[in-house]
Amino acid sequence: MAFAGRRDAPDGPDFTVLKRLARDQLIYLLEQLPGKKDLFIEADLMSPLDRIANVSILKQHEVDKLYKVENKPIVSTSDQLCFLVRPRIKNMKYVADIVNADKAMGRSRKYKIIFSPQKFYTCELVLEEEGIYGDVTCDEWAFYLLPLDDDLLSMELPEFFRDYFLEGDQRWISTVARALQLLNSLFGPFANTYGIGRCAKMVYEVWRELVEESEGDSQARRPDISHVFLMDRDVDYVTALCSQVVYEGLVDDTFRIKCGNVDFGPDVTSSDRSFKVLLNAQDKVFSEIRNEHFSNVFGFLSQKARNLQTQYDRRCGMDIKQMKNFVSQELKGLKQEHRLLSLHIGACESIMKKKTKQDFQELLKTEHSLLEGFDIRESTSYIEEHIDRQVSPSESLRLMCLLSVTENGLIPKDYRSLKTQYLQSYGPEHLLTFHNLKRIGLLTEQAPGETLTAMESKVSKLVTDRAAGKLTDAFNSLARKSNFRGISKKLGLIPHVDGEYNLKLPRDMAYVFSGAYVPLSCKIIEQVLERKGWLGLEEVVRLLNGNEFAPTEPLMEENPAWEAQRVILVVFLGGCTFSEISALRFLGKEKGYKFIFLTTAITSSARLMDAMLEAKV
Amino acid sequence: MACYTANWDPLGEEAFYRKFELYSMAWNLKEDLRDCLVAAAPYGGPIALLKNNFRKEKSPASRPLLEIYSASGVPLASVLWKSGQVVQLGWTASEDLLCIQEDGTVLIYNLFCEFKRHFSMGNEVLQNHVREAKVFHTEYGTGVAILTGAHRFSLTTNIDDLKLRRMPEVPGLQKLPSCWAVLSQDRVTIILLAVGQDLYLLDNTSCSVVTPPGISPHAGAYVQMAVSFNYYYLALFTDTGSIWMGTSSLKEKLGEFSCDFRAPPRQMVWCTRPRSKQRAVVVAWDRRLLVAGNSKECIQFVLDEDSYLVPELDGVRIFSRTTHEFLHEIPEASEEIFKIASMAPGALLLEAQREYEKQSQKADEYLREIKDQNLLAEAVRQCIEAAGYEHEPETQKSLLRAASFGKCFLDKFPPESFVRTCRDLRVLNAIRDYQIGIPLTFAQYKQLTIEVLLDRLVLRRLYPLAIKICEYLRLSEFQGVSRILAHWACYKVQQKDKSDEEVAHAINQKLGDTPGISYSEIAARAYDCGRTELAIKLLEYEPRSGEQVPLLLKMKKSQLALNKAIESGDTDLVYTVVLHLKNELNRGTFFMTLQKQPVALSLYRQFCKHQELETLKDLYNQDDDHQELGNFHVHSSYSSEKRIEGRVAALQNAVDEYYKAKNEFAAKATEDQIKLLRMQRRLQDELDKPYVDYSLHDTVYGLILDGNHKRAEQLYRDFRIPDKRFWWLKISALAEREDWEEMEKFSKSKKSPIGYLPFVEICMKHHNRHEAKKYAARVTPEQRVKAHILMRELDQAADAAIEHKNENEMNLVLSKCTAATDSSVVEKINRAKAQILKK
Repeated sequence: MAFAGRRDAPDGPDFTVLKRLARDQLIYLLEQLPGKKDLFIEADLMSPLDRIANVSILKQHEVDKLYKVENKPIVSTSDQLCFLVRPRIKNMKYVADIVNADKAMGRSRKYKIIFSPQKFYTCELVLEEEGIYGDVTCDEWAFYLLPLDDDLLSMELPEFFRDYFLEGDQRWISTVARALQLLNSLFGPFANTYGIGRCAKMVYEVWRELVEESEGDSQARRPDISHVFLMDRDVDYVTALCSQVVYEGLVDDTFRIKCGNVDFGPDVTSSDRSFKVLLNAQDKVFSEIRNEHFSNVFGFLSQKARNLQTQYDRRCGMDIKQMKNFVSQELKGLKQEHRLLSLHIGACESIMKKKTKQDFQELLKTEHSLLEGFDIRESTSYIEEHIDRQVSPSESLRLMCLLSVTENGLIPKDYRSLKTQYLQSYGPEHLLTFHNLKRIGLLTEQAPGETLTAMESKVSKLVTDRAAGKLTDAFNSLARKSNFRGISKKLGLIPHVDGEYNLKLPRDMAYVFSGAYVPLSCKIIEQVLERKGWLGLEEVVRLLNGNEFAPTEPLMEENPAWEAQRVILVVFLGGCTFSEISALRFLGKEKGYKFIFLTTAITSSARLMDAMLEAKV
Repeated sequence: MACYTANWDPLGEEAFYRKFELYSMAWNLKEDLRDCLVAAAPYGGPIALLKNNFRKEKSPASRPLLEIYSASGVPLASVLWKSGQVVQLGWTASEDLLCIQEDGTVLIYNLFCEFKRHFSMGNEVLQNHVREAKVFHTEYGTGVAILTGAHRFSLTTNIDDLKLRRMPEVPGLQKLPSCWAVLSQDRVTIILLAVGQDLYLLDNTSCSVVTPPGISPHAGAYVQMAVSFNYYYLALFTDTGSIWMGTSSLKEKLGEFSCDFRAPPRQMVWCTRPRSKQRAVVVAWDRRLLVAGNSKECIQFVLDEDSYLVPELDGVRIFSRTTHEFLHEIPEASEEIFKIASMAPGALLLEAQREYEKQSQKADEYLREIKDQNLLAEAVRQCIEAAGYEHEPETQKSLLRAASFGKCFLDKFPPESFVRTCRDLRVLNAIRDYQIGIPLTFAQYKQLTIEVLLDRLVLRRLYPLAIKICEYLRLSEFQGVSRILAHWACYKVQQKDKSDEEVAHAINQKLGDTPGISYSEIAARAYDCGRTELAIKLLEYEPRSGEQVPLLLKMKKSQLALNKAIESGDTDLVYTVVLHLKNELNRGTFFMTLQKQPVALSLYRQFCKHQELETLKDLYNQDDDHQELGNFHVHSSYSSEKRIEGRVAALQNAVDEYYKAKNEFAAKATEDQIKLLRMQRRLQDELDKPYVDYSLHDTVYGLILDGNHKRAEQLYRDFRIPDKRFWWLKISALAEREDWEEMEKFSKSKKSPIGYLPFVEICMKHHNRHEAKKYAARVTPEQRVKAHILMRELDQAADAAIEHKNENEMNLVLSKCTAATDSSVVEKINRAKAQILKK
């Protein structure tokens, strides 16, 4: 593809309108219940709500007291109770318990349930079964998308991953489609939609129906976003399973970023307080290091510290007037920067401490071997030792999964022994975890006698023997296999570099994994955009189990002057990691694209593993 | 055109009236109108006749016959009347026929004589019978007023939202009133009735006597009254032949007229129009028609046969067996233009245009005359307006031609009114055609609106004409064509003589995917007609699956509904169907159905997981899914069971299921867990420490930590803990206990399966360099560098690495060096590396 030199990436659209829409609707809903009322908020919704409407806005609309939805009796004395919840059955039971308790005491109040982002039929059904359907009023708060950052929209639905990929529950599909339609109506019309994965395809189809229903209202508008790429998480588990080494990813792996916020504990702040810090492009220090490989961050921060010092030092030679200027204009900014700088330095130190303790290098080496497919035995023993020493349940599990996914399943002997070891270390209830992992395809057993090479030869035979033209039985047996090795080879995911990979001046997206591996998900996106479709990627698509789609005809002519041509919405169904975001940001800078991310939630290897656990009550 | 005003008749100084023929009636009516019950709908609507109604003998041959005709007398439908005695016919605003029976039942028919529904006017009416009835129209809709045999009035103002009102009694009323009328004033419906010389006003609560202002005391008894179309005016006819005209509020008198006839007229109606100059009443006797206004003079016509008057917004329609005529006051624009010797600008313009066509220079003179007065625009406007009032296309054309001609000499005459009038006239001429038979005037058409007119065409099943009009007027598809097509399709599905395939195909071919068409609505109609198969076929054309499902469920096509719901991707819809199925089918079949639909099955499982755990188990049982059953028991052993025995029992169930599922691994693991649980229980009892729910590793670790080495060893053997794990575990626990002695003893018990580096590591972790040293000595040479690094002896580590001549090890050491403190080491290694390179 002829990229005539580097083009500057265009600016993305302004997503603050999404917040405004959500806030206005919430206020409208609150006003539907006039008078003083107590608001019960589901824990999951607290942080997102905080980003939309703060307490004072809620108070302005006659919200008296705020409570968290939790499993204990309520103490509210208000005559009107409003519940702001996700459409989950357990919440319905919670409300039912309150209503029925009130009924038993002969107390009458008004109850209103606001579902975010939408109501499900099952919720109403449960309300009916509990006998309170007539006592409550229901509303929907169509708060689909939370802008976490200038280029990052999250649906904050972490359960999407488990619900769809593990349980086969498709109820969020229409939710995603509606979110997409919301963006389409505000920033579209989207001209070209690409995607891969079963879920992506379904979302696409449901969304198309929504578009057709609302046809005619926004035809002639010039879009702010023209391309959409939808991808299922199960297309690429490998990337999500790797340790993150880009700063933002590392912070997420170490401290868990929640809804764009991170809690830096006392070990970071070097005081007895912990700080809640909002991490986004507004943070001057963070925005410069978020996408950097961790090894560069310290150097950058110390450089920054020196710069800051110089700026402070300018004070010395100043006369009164200059000093006045300095204090009134610059000092505040400098102080702010100073505070952030010291926080990030603290975070770095804390990360270093944690990561060196468990011998992070050793861990990364193992991961890289797994990705490259070398020294599998050695890696397996490493994992075994990891389990035996009870380093961390989710880390151990992650490594087992990484081994399985890269090797197309464990050989039967390892499969049994690693599981046995794991159960002995972390408890027998993980038997259910293993069942889940097997079902979702993260931890599987190689079919006996079918070694990787046999598999590969079968695959390559099929691929070359395209004249046959149909999916044979052999292919069906490939279902759910990751075929990582084959894909990696076809796409060149393992860069071959002579000497050290220059992490300071990266040349490709592999830098987000220390130059050892180009994230598969990002590579697919790059390839499809470059080829304007799946042409030439047929083998890869087959190895990925198909379900790809692309616009049947290019709906829009290439027009270099048109900025929106280069604004691409990437939709991750089942979550995306910060490493993937960093990688695509890098790609965008290289190729002059602006990527906008829409994810069902931010994910990480630990979150993926957590989603597979059976809740132990 | 000299004779244009031939049919004009002046009434007083101001106004002219004319009567002209709309149609010669196509019906071959044998009966006299007086022998039929007649109802004609306003706005050029249909005419209903009930023949033989008044005959007393009810032989089958002389059953009453209900016939409906268009205004031009084209028969639309007829039906033999088999219900009770009809007192009154009337039309609703939506052109349904109301047949008010003696017993107070009102039957509603459409204009094709198809029965729609019926309602009753209440018990009181049923008992006392209907003596007289009137159908009236107000802003609330169509109303019915009844006068019963008990001389009481009952009424409803809206038959679609039936609320019966019984009016108060009229004191001293012993016989039927001589005449009465329904009035609507300020949104209140009241009744005005006359008994002899007295007038009574009945409202909701009271009855009051009223006297019209200015009425002569010798006027006599009232025999007839008429209320105008818009309820503003009232006319009273007395037995002295005097007609009083005034406002219906009885506050103002408009005029009075005395006529020579004292016989009660057959009919009396108002003939006015918006902005009338003269408000006149038309009175009809058997052979005489009289138009009277506020003037001494009146206009009289002879009636050759029985005639029936239909008051309209802007005139009166008069039909008889042979003709259908329209009588109205000449509108101002027409009068100005056509009045003999008129010098109005419009008249001059018309003349100018005629001369122009004759290529006479007089055209210029006329034109100049208008232009000199600066009235050309006014002239054009007059011609356009007058064209609208004309019925004859030729006259319309000549007026429009004149307007068009005049427009040429004007700079900025806005073209809209001209264009609109041309369009509207085309539509009007089309529907006035005698085949269609809707003689709407321009004013009526504007009042009715195009939407209602289209509805009426649809009601008459004149779909092609309606569509043509929509296309001609460029109405939006949604409002126009697709709405009509949908009506057409709903009608089409009722044609039982065509096969399902034919009908479905015909409908799809016409409708295609026109926007705004809902196939599911059409399918619902087909289903209502009992054509389920056709409905299913039609639903196939419905692009939105969400629309298909409810109807499919209603038709009991649940399987198909489930497929469609799943296709739609809308899980709420799937749940709707699943729960519907759950109620409809027995449990076994229900489960079987789900098994065939994985998507629905997963959804239902999700629901059961939260709401009906037992059902979930049944589902797995039904499917012989032993693996899931095993998981189910394991899960319940952690969540629902609290006692150890219960948990063991649950786990034992799980073991059985796992064996059935041929999952030996899970079975063995669960058996181990049972063993462990029992063991932990014993330990807990014996040692009085919590052990239950710890993993095997943690249990053994805890035992060692407490110094129970024997029991630890026993578990190690019983559960076949791998050596490596046991060694790791034991030294970690010992180190935590700081039992260095035991550790050393253990290290010497046999050769360590994990080597001795872990010993070093663990000692250093607990900051015991002294102990670490002991084990460092026993580390294999390959691990020596690492051991030194662990003990932070970089110098020695460097030495060892150099000794091994191993570059990787050297780099490892280098990476641990800091420039400030370890410069000598760095130097040493770099030297060694350089040496290796040299070789």
